[in-house]
Amino acid sequence: MNGAQDMGGMHGFGPVQIEAGETPFHHDWERRAFGITIAMGAGGAWNLDMSRHARETLPPPDYLASSYFEIWTKGVERLVTRLGLVSEAELAAGAALEAPAPIKRVLRGRDVEAAMQRGGPTEREPAHPARFKEGDSVVTRVMNPTGHTRLPRYARGKRGVIAMVHGVHVFPDTHAHGQGEEPQWLYNVRFSGRELWGEEADAMLVVGIDAWESYLEPA
Amino acid sequence: MSDEHHAHHHHDHDHDHGSELSPMDLRVRALESILVEKGYVDPAAIDALVEMYETRVGPRNGAQVVARTWADADFRDWLRRDATAAIASMGFEGRQGEHMVAVENTPEEHNLVVCTLCSCYPWPVLGLPPTWYKSAPYRSRAVIDPRGVLAEFGVSLPETTRIRVWDSTAEMRYLVIPMRPEGTQGWSQEKLADLVTRDAMIGTGLARDPASLASGEDAA
Repeated sequence: MNGAQDMGGMHGFGPVQIEAGETPFHHDWERRAFGITIAMGAGGAWNLDMSRHARETLPPPDYLASSYFEIWTKGVERLVTRLGLVSEAELAAGAALEAPAPIKRVLRGRDVEAAMQRGGPTEREPAHPARFKEGDSVVTRVMNPTGHTRLPRYARGKRGVIAMVHGVHVFPDTHAHGQGEEPQWLYNVRFSGRELWGEEADAMLVVGIDAWESYLEPA
Repeated sequence: MSDEHHAHHHHDHDHDHGSELSPMDLRVRALESILVEKGYVDPAAIDALVEMYETRVGPRNGAQVVARTWADADFRDWLRRDATAAIASMGFEGRQGEHMVAVENTPEEHNLVVCTLCSCYPWPVLGLPPTWYKSAPYRSRAVIDPRGVLAEFGVSLPETTRIRVWDSTAEMRYLVIPMRPEGTQGWSQEKLADLVTRDAMIGTGLARDPASLASGEDAA
């Protein structure tokens, strides 16, 4: 979706706020927000793509005014209410008021290390050969889905070259909506800076994205 | 957690209307207590996750990968063929590092990693991302004005050096292998790792100047 998360190429946000010796958390609530997000994700009520989509459905003014752990927190709130795990009344009250809904599993403290070490690989066995090979010229599709996609706006309708063939991976555009993994070949596609940004762009700039096969056509 | 009070006093003063807790503190506490009460979340899992990623999984891991890449040609070949397996052999694997690609800087090409769409970052080798990596200024500009971004990090590259930006739009996670500094022949991997900063492995920095370690050299 063309939400506030799709920031590549936007102007006006100012300089990068660099902090010397920065640590991952600045407030204790950020630690809890991080842990809640990962623990709930491990519970299997939703997948990583649904989680990303929940965050990007925040209205743009809210998304842009929120720190990243705020966005995560709001994403979890959206998912638990949408999936019927927590009611709006419970969120408002800050307490459980209703019986819990069944969930697949609960991540226990003692299982955290192993679960994180395992991760969630997205590569799948190919069902058919790849359509493209390294060096092929491609053009990205022009599309504006209202649902989840990982093709950024700045890279739509652009000519590029296949730089890497990454194997077959779960397709976020369906997976984020509970429509299955629908694995597709995934490629790294490189574009010249001038193809993306016009003649004024740095001639020595190359930008690559990872793109699923259905994002691409031969050029 | 010793900085908790410090953080409140310095960052949350706008919300300190007689309460020690900011709106986000209250909001997250409420969410956690509901999820715990309903049995969806084990609070010990939250503690364990925080402990793991705050104290154990961080850029020191990636620095060891880079040092080994510099020092061990067989490992470098493995990393080029199958970065996921090569890095996992050092014990760095799993969440947000399931599919790794190492990209090597050369005098001709400098690599820079971003996630314009969210905050994708190679956790097993770098830990959790710094705030700036997840922020709008970095995500918006890394792909259109990487030289301007690099300048803010104090990095100035020759105009003839190509800048190659990797926008992490899938589950592939990119680790930049910075160029090995001159004057480090014969250094141990342990000492080489001290030259490798987090930013050098994102591409917003370069490996440290060996002279910066000069005072500690004799001990190594």
